[in-house]
This record gives sequence, structure tokens and C-alpha cells, in this order.
Amino acid sequence: MFTYTLRRLLLAIPTLLVISLVIFLLVDLAPGSPASQIPLTVPAEVRMRILEAMGANEPIHVRYLLWLKQFFVVEPLVWVDATFGTAFSEGMQRILSWQSRSPVFDVIVERLPQTLTVVGMAYVVGVLIALPIGIYSAYRQYSWFDQIGTFVAMVGFSVPTFFTGLVLILVFAVNLGWFPSIYNTSLRVTDWESFVAQVRQMVLPVAVLALYNASQISRYMRASMLDNLNQDYVRTARAKGLRERVVVLKHVLRNSMIPVVTVIALGIPTIFGGAIITEQVFRVNGLGALLIGAIQASDLPMVQTLTFIFAVLIVIFNLIADVLYGLLDPRIRYD
Amino acid sequence: MPEAAAARRKLVEVRDLRMHFPIYAGLLRRRVGAVKAVDGVSFDIHEGETLGLVGESGCGKSTCGRALLRLYEPTSGSIRIDGREIATAGFDTLRTLRPIMQMVFQDPQASLNPRMTVGSIIGEPLDEHTRLSRREKQERIHELMDAVGLNRAFANRYPHEFSGGQRQSIGIARALALNPRFIVCDEPIAALDVSIQAQVVNLLEDLQARFGLTYLFISHDLSMVRHIADRVAVMDLGRIAELAPRDALYEAPLHPYSQALLSAVPEPDPNAETRRRRIILTGDVPSPANPPRGCNFSTRCPRVMPVCREVEPAFREVAPGHFTACHLHDPAISQTAGTAAAPEAKSTADTHVQQGA
Repeated sequence: MFTYTLRRLLLAIPTLLVISLVIFLLVDLAPGSPASQIPLTVPAEVRMRILEAMGANEPIHVRYLLWLKQFFVVEPLVWVDATFGTAFSEGMQRILSWQSRSPVFDVIVERLPQTLTVVGMAYVVGVLIALPIGIYSAYRQYSWFDQIGTFVAMVGFSVPTFFTGLVLILVFAVNLGWFPSIYNTSLRVTDWESFVAQVRQMVLPVAVLALYNASQISRYMRASMLDNLNQDYVRTARAKGLRERVVVLKHVLRNSMIPVVTVIALGIPTIFGGAIITEQVFRVNGLGALLIGAIQASDLPMVQTLTFIFAVLIVIFNLIADVLYGLLDPRIRYD
Repeated sequence: MPEAAAARRKLVEVRDLRMHFPIYAGLLRRRVGAVKAVDGVSFDIHEGETLGLVGESGCGKSTCGRALLRLYEPTSGSIRIDGREIATAGFDTLRTLRPIMQMVFQDPQASLNPRMTVGSIIGEPLDEHTRLSRREKQERIHELMDAVGLNRAFANRYPHEFSGGQRQSIGIARALALNPRFIVCDEPIAALDVSIQAQVVNLLEDLQARFGLTYLFISHDLSMVRHIADRVAVMDLGRIAELAPRDALYEAPLHPYSQALLSAVPEPDPNAETRRRRIILTGDVPSPANPPRGCNFSTRCPRVMPVCREVEPAFREVAPGHFTACHLHDPAISQTAGTAAAPEAKSTADTHVQQGA
């Protein structure tokens, strides 16, 4: 298992290098330039100097290699310095956003908590709702519960989040006035009252995303349970005279969890990616909003860095899912 | 032999067992009919004997075995094992009765939970039904593995690491864990290599001798049934066509279906094999969802009479311990067989009397 993991990590290096190059070229060759953000009243000479200062006028291979160095050498050193109080990165150029001229990683660290609380919570809630629904739907296949569950899952999966988001805002924020429609990022949780306010403003975006996540995962859970419920070993378990609860929760559920755990693990990188649309609808100032803003402003370093971080997360969680698969299913061994 | 068997106690008594699976169809999923997998089966199994249950594929053998242990909910009928009613027992009562009746399943790969070690598969019934300490449980698991000839060191391995024959041994050890008295062997050798089949059958026989087990041995391997069974029941489309002591059945089958089935057994002696006359059945096997009127075998029977297409034959004892459901052996009908069918009303009444007996 250890050798397997190590081999996969080594294989991930060329994969990620190719991904980073592709992303870089895609972003760079896309129409739009940082110069278009500079007002036309600025003289051409000054405009040139601004671009020079940003390094945007260098040839593409220089900029790519510089970005690689900054991402893999400078930024980790900055992190080491910040953690241990050393000074390795002194005088080194960090990845700077073309929009704000501040280090990209500082902005990301600033935005990450919003995304993790809202999107992460939605994922957790979604999983917690989806598993029992999937299990019970499969156990009572074609019952009323299952039919309703199937219908809700179909709706949740097929109706886009910008629509459900607006409907929820209309009903619960505008008409009923129970929850705020805009997420206030500057709210600090200090006492009970601010905690309640935080929970209230989280309810709507979390509900929208949780419905979407839950409808997906509950389908996987149901299908996997159905696969296993009709297996012979379930009949064996019943013949042993086990309680029905033990049969379903121990024998069927544990075997059904194998593919579901993989799906859940593979979904985790999307949390960090943020829910771009939902964040826009509820004005959550998270990573999704950051990415959209950076794309609009042709902020190449920001887009490049964010997308590359998503790519790294996806590669890592793929590996985690594979390793989990090996741990959960004794028939699978990686040597 | 029949006298000796009759003197022994009846461990399993099955009366008029029916297992119908509903068919739903149409827009509103209305019930439109039923697959009559087991349709009125009655037999007894005496303590310590092996009853073979044979028949072609899809005739309801396995369904019968599973319904017997309430792994299906039987539609109607009565099953008594060791004097206790199984067919209508409540869930909790049934659970406490599980230790006396166990099953060895057909597919040794699929019937073992792939995520449990051999030790935990064999030991799980002990957790559920006994209060053994961890040490006693371990000892019992090792005892059982010894009994079926598995190395004790294998207790921590997973089922996929074993061969087919070893897996079936695991299944048998599991079935034995709670000292059952009655075991349904549902085609335990069908999924195995011929070379392994003998091992498993010998193991089953040894265990029967050691623990005084009673078997219902379901199989379509007629030679193997001849080897292991004391009495044999022949099933056709959800009903028992013939039930007789082994030798009586194999030497002189009475029901035309049994005759056809047994004529298919190859002879080991090549001279005898060339002289063997097979009875080739023609016509289709009727659907169990829509069985023919009268005798189920009437569509394919080489000796069919008009009465067979009208009246369901009664299951009656034609010789001591030898039962068959065929109009040819019904004295009331065989006398008039050449001329006309017996009056339907009379025969139906007759049927009821016989089945109730």
C-alpha cells in the first residue's frame, strides 16, 4: 500500500506539470489582456510601464517558468517563514495578483474560510441527509418513501442552483423574511447573538447546495444498496438468524459504502472550488467569487494559481479515494 | 428400510406448502398473476435421514428449500420443524428457532460476505445466539474449521482467497456453528468442480454421522443424490411427482416424469450405456405462472390420458413409503383409463382427501 501510494504520488508530478502548462496556455491565449483594465486616458508610455511592472510583457515561456518557480519554491518558503519565523524567502518575488497587486495566496487564505463554512457545511449536510434516504429508499424499494425520494432527487439534480437559490430567496427572504438574502462576510462570531446571525445567513446557501449534493449522493447510495440487498450473502446473514437491523446495517451497508465513499471523496475538491454560481447568488465572498472576478479582470496569476490548486486537490483526492477503496474492500490489494 | 424410517421420529413435516411470487404489470402495477414456484407440496423428513430433492431447472427445488427455512414468506401451508411451526412464526420467535435449522447455499462465492474474515463469518451466529466469551468463541471457530478440514491459520483470511471447495467448507462450517439439527443443502455441489464435489459430499456424510444431522439435499445431479440420499422426492413444476425410498425410485420409478428424468443418467459401463434407452420428452416446459389444467406434466407426458388434461392427480401412497401423483397409478382411474375420463367432481374430492391426509 505504501509503495503504491508513493508510486502514485511520483506519477502525479508529470501529470500536474502538464496540467499547469495547459492551464497557463489556456488562460494566456484566451482573449482579453490586463492592459484592457487600464483606462484609455492613461498615456501609452505609462501603460507600457505598468505592464512591465507586472511582468506581463515578458515572453510566455519566461512567465511560465517564473510562475512554476514562484508556486513550488517561493510560496512554500513564505509559508515556512510564516510558520517558523525564519527568513528564507526574503527578497523573493511572490505570485502577485494583477488586479490588487497583493500576493495571490494572501487573498486565497482570506477567502477560504467563507467557502469552507458555506460550501463545506453544505457538503456535510448533503451527505448526512443523503445516506439515510438512500439506505431507506433501497430497503423499501418502490414504496411511497422511495418514490418521493426519487422525485425530489430528480428535481434537486436537474434544477440549477441559481434557480433554486432565487426561489428560496423569494420565499424565505422576501416573502417570509426569515433569513437574510445576502451573506455578510464581515460578520464575526463573538457571542450567542452573532452566532445565531451567522447560522441564519448560512441557512439558504447551505440548503441550496445541500439539496444538490444530497440528490446526487442519495442516488449512489440507493443504487449501491440495491446491488447488495439481493446478494446471496445477505440471505446467508438472514439464515444465521441475525436481527434485521444487523443484516442491513452491518452486512449490506458496509459493502454498499465502498463505491459511495469513493464518490464522496471525489466530491471534496469541489468544496474548495467553491460553488461559483451559488456564491454569486448569495453574495458569499468565497473562492468561487474570487475566481469569477479574476477571470473577468484577466488576472492571469490569480486564475492560474486557483485552477492549479483545484487540479492538485483533484489529483490528491483521487489518490485518497483509491487508497480508501483498498482499505474498505479486502478483495482489492495494491502491491 | 421403509419400516425403519417410519419408526424414526419425524423432524420436518411440510403440509401443502405454497410459494407464489406475485407478478405486477400495467400502468398501475396491479397484480396480474403469480408464479407458482411451489404449489402444494407435502412431505416429511425423519430424524437423521437425507431426503434428496431432484428435478429439472426451474421446477421450484431451491424455492422450496428456502421457503422451508422461511427465507421467503410462504403463501400458505404449514412447516413444522421439531414440532414447532415455522411458516407462521413471528419474526422474533423465528430468530430463536434459527439455530436448529440452517442452510448450505449453492454459490459458495456469493453467499459469503466479501468484507468479513472466515473467522467472523463462522463466528457471527455465535455472537447472535450464544453468550460465549471471546476465548470460547475462538475455540469453537477453530473446532468448526477442524471439523470441515480447514486449516486454523486461515481464520483471518477473506473468502476470495480460497478455492471453491474451501469456500463451500466455510459455508458448511458456518451452518454448523449453532449445532443445527436440520440442514437444507441447496445444490451445495452444483458450483464446484467434479473433483471437489466428492470431497464436499463426503464431508457432508461424515458430519451427518458425527452430529446426527438431518439433510434436505437439493440437487439436479441424480447420481450424487443416489449416493447420499435415503429417500428421494422428484419435483416437477412446483409439485412433487414422486417420493420414494432411494432404491425403489432408482430401480422402478412409477411416475413418467421420474422415468424420463432417470433415463437421462449416464451408465458408467460402456456396454450398458450403448443399450440405455433415453426417454426424450417433447413439448415445452409449461410456465409456472400459467400451469396447465390437470396434471402439470400432461403437456409432455409420453403416456398422457384424456383425464390427465382435466384432473389434477392426487398424491397417494401406491406401495409402502412410495408416493406418486399420477393417474396411471390411481386404481380408480387406471381401470377406466382406456375408455373415458373419471367424473371430475369425484376426483377433485378425492384430491382433497388425499392432500389432507
